[in-house]
Amino acid sequence: MIALKEKIIRISTAANEGHIPAALSILDILWVLYDRVLGVTPETMRDPDRNWFILSKGHAAIGLYVVLAEKGFFDPALLKDFGKFNSIFGGHPDRTLVPGVEASTGSLGHGFPMAVGLALAARIKRTPSKVYVIVGDGECNEGAVWESAMLAVHHKLDNLYCIVDHNHSGDSALNPGDMRKKFESFGWQAVSINGHDQEAIYAAITQRSDGKPVAVIAETVKGKGCKIMENSAEWTHKYPTPEQLEEMIATLT
Amino acid sequence: MRRQLPLTVEEVMKVDNKLVLLFGDVGTYGFRFAQAKFPDRVYNVGILEQSMMSMAAGLAMQGFIPVVHTISAFLVERAFEQIKNDFGYQGLGGNFIGTGVSYDMVSWGCTHQCPADVGVLKNIPGMEIVVPGTPAEFDSLFKQSYRDGRPTYFRMSFRSNAVSHDVVFGKALVVKTGARATVIAVGPMRERVEEACKDLDVTILYYTTVAPFDGDTLRENLQGGKLFVCEPYYSGACAVDIAAATGLRPVAVTYIGIPLEFPHHYGSLDELDAFFRLTADDIRTRIKSALLPP
Repeated sequence: MIALKEKIIRISTAANEGHIPAALSILDILWVLYDRVLGVTPETMRDPDRNWFILSKGHAAIGLYVVLAEKGFFDPALLKDFGKFNSIFGGHPDRTLVPGVEASTGSLGHGFPMAVGLALAARIKRTPSKVYVIVGDGECNEGAVWESAMLAVHHKLDNLYCIVDHNHSGDSALNPGDMRKKFESFGWQAVSINGHDQEAIYAAITQRSDGKPVAVIAETVKGKGCKIMENSAEWTHKYPTPEQLEEMIATLT
Repeated sequence: MRRQLPLTVEEVMKVDNKLVLLFGDVGTYGFRFAQAKFPDRVYNVGILEQSMMSMAAGLAMQGFIPVVHTISAFLVERAFEQIKNDFGYQGLGGNFIGTGVSYDMVSWGCTHQCPADVGVLKNIPGMEIVVPGTPAEFDSLFKQSYRDGRPTYFRMSFRSNAVSHDVVFGKALVVKTGARATVIAVGPMRERVEEACKDLDVTILYYTTVAPFDGDTLRENLQGGKLFVCEPYYSGACAVDIAAATGLRPVAVTYIGIPLEFPHHYGSLDELDAFFRLTADDIRTRIKSALLPP
């Protein structure tokens, strides 16, 4: 994981682009998904019966890129061009450019209802596909998130897993309160976990659904593993100097 | 036209198991037969247009052909960003069928009216916009284009022309030819335009698709250096297409559509048409006065 974190920081710093803390916040979740749960590979990424993953908080794209690169979806060397004119990698993911990216997200509140549509489609097709979506806690300010929460329960989409990256970045603007209770009150099967404990993540996103969609409230730390960035609003969209960079890399956990 | 919608959708659903209908608690009664026959492909999603649109994109990603239906003000204006990003940017196909266009829902007031729809949607690259003039034309145009892999908006007017024509998606029809000017009639404006121009020496072109815009037919039929564009939405929504089609040729263009203002009136469609000078008599007067020698 440290190697992936180093890539995120170096690539973003070189480009002076990308949300490093948001990417570090979800990296453990992304890794468990692609390493142990989704079963999607470069060979199966067009399989109509595959499992689906949507990064609804698209601004954490750099985290998704490094995981997809690690899993062989494209040449990792391409990432050095992140943010450049002819690069396939931008600050938000483009499904028409990046192999393995299922949805072009960025505008908050779009990926979750798309995931509802994917889950409904899987049920119509009677395929065993499961659909996983990561939303941010700030993104949960969006009305479409709660519209989707209602829709998923109404249609009994027990093949849908919504993982809330609860890094509390939105608390100062609009504190969402107890997210697990909120999803439960909408009728979801909800659990709260440490979003950096990979065993807990695995258990939560592979739990059997009791006829309901599953919400996993992942308590995470924005900038996890990079001490100077952790829970610091200052680093939301900021990049280190060359001296800071080497110190950050040397002290990653 | 609203009565035709469930008939067309149900007919296509019978032969195409990829079609899925989502509607926003509008026209529920009309869709009752389709819902009974295809319960896994017909959904009254509820009153949440943004999520309904993104959800439709999710269905399209899985290979389905979504049809999304509700009142145009909410379909186009509230869910514009979802059409732009989730369909346009992502390169997905879907069909969006709006009712209550222009000021059709006249007594409901401006919140339920949508004369801006065509102008707004023209800003999405690759968007297709269909303005049928009759129920039969809607049926034909939908069947021609619904599975073309692009986002397509069908504008279902309360007004219909009395006579249907063999319309082709993306092509304008030459209704009659004359020498002094060219008049474009879009969708339900055709009947009024024909009445207005019945004894005028003008060419009339009938458009039921305004995106993509058939510039070739316009270019080939420009007459008299004058062009009148009679359109049932905010005037000038196709101005860029018309400028591209006319090019460097000297053409005086007059737009006869809904002016850019909120009608703070209720009553009937006829009253609103008269208020905005869009009756057949008004159109005739406006064209005739422009044809007078300077």
